[in-house]
Amino acid sequence: MRYLPKSPAERQEMLAAIGVKSVEELFSSIPDAYRLKKPLNLPGPYSEQEVIEYFKARAVENSEGYAHFLGAGVYNHLSSVVTDVIIQRGEFLTSYTPYQAEITQGTLQAIFEFQTLMCQLTGQEVANASMYDGSTATTEAVLMAERLTGRTRVLVARSVHPEYREVLRTYAKNSGLHVEEISYAAAGTLDVKALKAAIGPDVCAVVVQSPNFFGVIESPAVLAEIARSAGALLVVAIAEGVSLGAVMPPAEADIVAMEAQSFGLAPSYGGPYAGVVASKEKYVRQMPGRLAGQTTDHDGRRGFVLTLATREQHIRREKATSNICTNQALCALAATVHLTLLGKEGLREQAAQNLSKAHFALNELEKIPGVKRRFSGAFFNEFAVEFPKSVKMVNAELLREKIIGPFVLGSAYPELSKNALVCVTETTTREAIERFVSGVKRAIAELK
Amino acid sequence: MRGTMTEMIKKAGRQTNQNEGLIFEKSSPGKRAFELPPLDVPAVDPAKALGAAHRREGVEGFPEVSEIEVIRHFTRLSNWNYAIDLGMYPLGSCTMKYNPRVNEFVARLDGIATEHPYQPQDLSQGCLKILQLLETCLLEITGMDAITLQPAAGAQGELTGLLLIRAHHTKNGNPRKKVLIPDSAHGTNPATAVIAGYEVENIKSNAEGQVDLGHLRQQVTEDVAALMLTNPSTLGIFEQAIPQIAEVLHAKGALLYMDGANMNALAGVTRPGELGVDVMHLNLHKTFSTPHGGGGPGAGPVAMKKILEPYRPVPVLVGKEGGRLALDFNRKDTIGRVRAFVGNFGVLVRALAYILAYGPGIRQATEDAVVNANYIRKGLEGVYDLPYTRPSMHEVVFSDAIQKRNGVNTMDIAKRLIDYGFHPYTTAFPLIVPGALMIEPTESESKEELDLFIDAMKSIAKEAAEKPELVKTAPHTTRVSRLDEVGAARKPVLRWKSEEKRSEAAD
Repeated sequence: MRYLPKSPAERQEMLAAIGVKSVEELFSSIPDAYRLKKPLNLPGPYSEQEVIEYFKARAVENSEGYAHFLGAGVYNHLSSVVTDVIIQRGEFLTSYTPYQAEITQGTLQAIFEFQTLMCQLTGQEVANASMYDGSTATTEAVLMAERLTGRTRVLVARSVHPEYREVLRTYAKNSGLHVEEISYAAAGTLDVKALKAAIGPDVCAVVVQSPNFFGVIESPAVLAEIARSAGALLVVAIAEGVSLGAVMPPAEADIVAMEAQSFGLAPSYGGPYAGVVASKEKYVRQMPGRLAGQTTDHDGRRGFVLTLATREQHIRREKATSNICTNQALCALAATVHLTLLGKEGLREQAAQNLSKAHFALNELEKIPGVKRRFSGAFFNEFAVEFPKSVKMVNAELLREKIIGPFVLGSAYPELSKNALVCVTETTTREAIERFVSGVKRAIAELK
Repeated sequence: MRGTMTEMIKKAGRQTNQNEGLIFEKSSPGKRAFELPPLDVPAVDPAKALGAAHRREGVEGFPEVSEIEVIRHFTRLSNWNYAIDLGMYPLGSCTMKYNPRVNEFVARLDGIATEHPYQPQDLSQGCLKILQLLETCLLEITGMDAITLQPAAGAQGELTGLLLIRAHHTKNGNPRKKVLIPDSAHGTNPATAVIAGYEVENIKSNAEGQVDLGHLRQQVTEDVAALMLTNPSTLGIFEQAIPQIAEVLHAKGALLYMDGANMNALAGVTRPGELGVDVMHLNLHKTFSTPHGGGGPGAGPVAMKKILEPYRPVPVLVGKEGGRLALDFNRKDTIGRVRAFVGNFGVLVRALAYILAYGPGIRQATEDAVVNANYIRKGLEGVYDLPYTRPSMHEVVFSDAIQKRNGVNTMDIAKRLIDYGFHPYTTAFPLIVPGALMIEPTESESKEELDLFIDAMKSIAKEAAEKPELVKTAPHTTRVSRLDEVGAARKPVLRWKSEEKRSEAAD
C-alpha cells in the first residue's frame, strides 16, 4: 500500500524487536469473539488514478454547465489561485493546532492576522480564531450572551437564515434557552414595533442578520438601543461578508457572528466554511473558541500563542465556555490570504460590483409584467421578488435552459410562496443575467 | 545554535528562515494584489443604493500589498511551522497521519467544490452518491446501523450523539439526569454533556487504567442517561470489559456512547457495533486522514444503532425509486439540525478518497499503527516510567517520574524533542497520569523515523540525568524561545493596531 512506509521484512523485524510472533498477538486484549474474522466489505483498494476517476464520474452527475442565481447563505465569488497555492503548502495543510508555539509561529501569526481582519471588517474589538460556520457561530454568540447577562429569553428575527435558527433551536432545547421569533416589516427589516413589544428584563439577546435572509440591510444602531434599554445584548449575524466592503459594519452590536465563506472558500456543497465570533474587549473572557495573542519570548522577540485557554474545554472541562475544541484554521487561513490579496481597494471594488449587478438584475426583472420586488429596504447582492406564478414552476422551466433558478422562499416562509430570493455576485455576467431574465419572462408567459 | 546541539541530534539540521512582520506593517496605500474583470453593467452609486446611513467608504486598516508580497509573506510564515510533511508528529490521541495529496485534488474538482447546497437534488446526484458511499463504508467499519454525516467536528459529533440519547430517553418518558464520564476522558466529553443538558459524574479508573465494573454497577441508576467511553482509552488500552459495561448500562436502560477518537486502533480489527456500543462519533481528521490544517476543519459523523435512528439530524439521505437519492428534511422525531447544510462536504470527500485507496486494506494501516506504538514502547521501556502496563494499542503513555527526580518534567522533554527535529508528543494528558508523555506514532512512520525518535528520546533522558538545565531551557534551535504565556493572558493583545490607534488608546 503506497501510504505505508514499511517493507514486509521490516514488519517482521519490528515484531521480533517487540517480542511477539505475529501482529495478532498485539491485539490479544480484544476478546477473541469480538475480533473480525473476515475482511471488511469495502470498495478498493484503488490506485490514485482510480480514486480520481471515481470522483470525476460523480462530478459530472452534478450541476456542471448550469448558471445559477442561488445565494441564501452560500455565495459564489471570485478567488485567486494564490489562495489555494498557499493553503496547500504542507507546512500549513499538515500542521496540528498550534499548542507548541515555538514550531507553529506561522499558523499563530496567520490567526492573529485573521483576527485583526475580522475586527476591521466587523467594527468589533476582538474576534476569535474561527468556529465551525455561520450557523454555529450565531448559536455560540447567543450562548455567550446568556452567560454575560444570566438571562434565558432570546428574541430572534424571522429574517435570520432559517437554518441558523434551526441550529439555535437544537442547542437551545436542552440548555434552558427560550427562543421567540420576531417578524419582519414591509421593508423586509425586523419589525421594530414587535421587538419593542416583546423585549423585557428577561431577554439576553436580540438576534438579527444583516444583510438579512431577504438580502435587506438592518439598522444595528437602532436595534442596539432597543436591546440595551432592556439590558439585553444585540447579536448581529452576517452571512455575506463581502457586504462589509460597501455597508457600514455593525459596530454597535455587542456580538457579531459571521460566516467567512465569501472570502475565498468554495461552496463545496455546504462546507467546510468558517464561522467567526467578534465582540467587545470587555466580553473577551466569555468568548467561545480559540484566540491567538501576541507576546514575547525569553529574549524579548515578538511571538504569538494561543491564549485565554482557561475558557476552553481542555482546561475547564464541564465549566468551559463552549465544547468546541477546533477552529476552522485552514479555512480561516484561506480567508486571510484571500482578503490580503483583495486588500482595501479590491474588497471595495468587489462589493461595488455586487451592488451594481444585483441592482441591474432587479431592474431587468421588474420590466416583466407582474414581477415586483417584495421588500423596500436597501439591499446588497440579494433581493426577494414576487412572481405572478409559482417560483417552483418558473424554476422548472428555467432548468430546461440550463439555469438553476433562485431560492424558493416559500420553502422556509409559507407566506412568501410566490417569492424568489435572487442572488447576483461579481461572478454573474451580464449575459447570464439577461438569459435568466428572458427565461423568467418566457416561463411566466407560458405558465398560463 | 547557541552551543546546545549534541552529536546525538541526527534528524534536525540547520534551517534558515526569514524574519517577517505582520502583513499590516507592509501595507502601503495604492498597492493591490487582485484585479477584477471590468464591470459589465451600469455602475450604481453606492450612497444612493444603500442610503447614506448604510454606506461604508472602505475598511479602515485593511492591507494594501502586491501579489509577490502576499506569496512571500505566507510562504515565510509557513516556514515557521512544523508539519507531518516534515516528519513524525507523535501527538497522542491526535492521530497525525499522512494526508494523501490526491484527496486534496479530488475535493477541488469542478463539479465537487463548485456545488451549491441549495441546487436541485436531481442536479446533485454526484454529491449525494459520495455521501451515500461514505455512509456505507463507515457503517461497515463501525458495525453500526445508521449514521449522520452532518456534525462539523468531533465535539459536535459528541453533542449530536448525546442529543440522540436524550431524544431516546425523552421518548421513553424521561430524559434522565446524568452522564458518566471516566476520569481519563478528553475535556470535550464533560463540556459537551453540559450543553446537552446533563450533569457530569466522573467514574474512576482502576489500577489497570480500566473502568471498574464493580463501581460502575453501583453508579448506574435509572438517572443515568449514558456512559461516554473512549475505547481504546486515552491510555491507549483497550477496555476489555466493554461488552459487560454495555450490559450493566443496558440493564438500567442507559446507553453506551463511544468516543471514536482512537478508532485508528480498531478499524478492520473489531467493530464497536458488535461490542455493545449504541452510538459513537468518528473523527474523520484523525482515523480517516483529512488534514488538520493547523486546527481544522474536521468532520465528526455519528454512527448509531437502530433505536436511535429516528432522531437523526435533518436532512437525512434517503433512496428513491429508480436509484435516485434525496435529502429528507421532514422527520418527525429529529433532534433538529446541528449545523447549516449537509455537513463539511469537502472533508467528507477527502475521507472517502482515503477509504477507497485502502479498501479492506485499512486493517493493515491499523496493524502498522499498533506495531509502531509497541515498537516505541519496547524501545523506551525502562528509560521512561510506564505507569500502566497493560498491552498498548495505537498509543503508549509514559510518565516523567524518572526525570522528575532531576527537576525535568514532561513539558521540558517535549520542548527538547523539538531540537531533535520532532514535534512533541501530547503532554500532561490524560489527567490520571501525572506528568504524562502520550505518544501516538500512527502507521505513517517508517522504521527509520521511529528509530530516530527512540534515539532522540533516549538521548534526552540522558541529558535530563546529566545536564538537566539543557532540557529545562529547551527548545534552543527555534525561531523563538519559550513564549510568555502568562503575560499573553494577563494583558491580551488579540489584534494588530496601527501606531496612531495604539497611542490614542494609551492617552
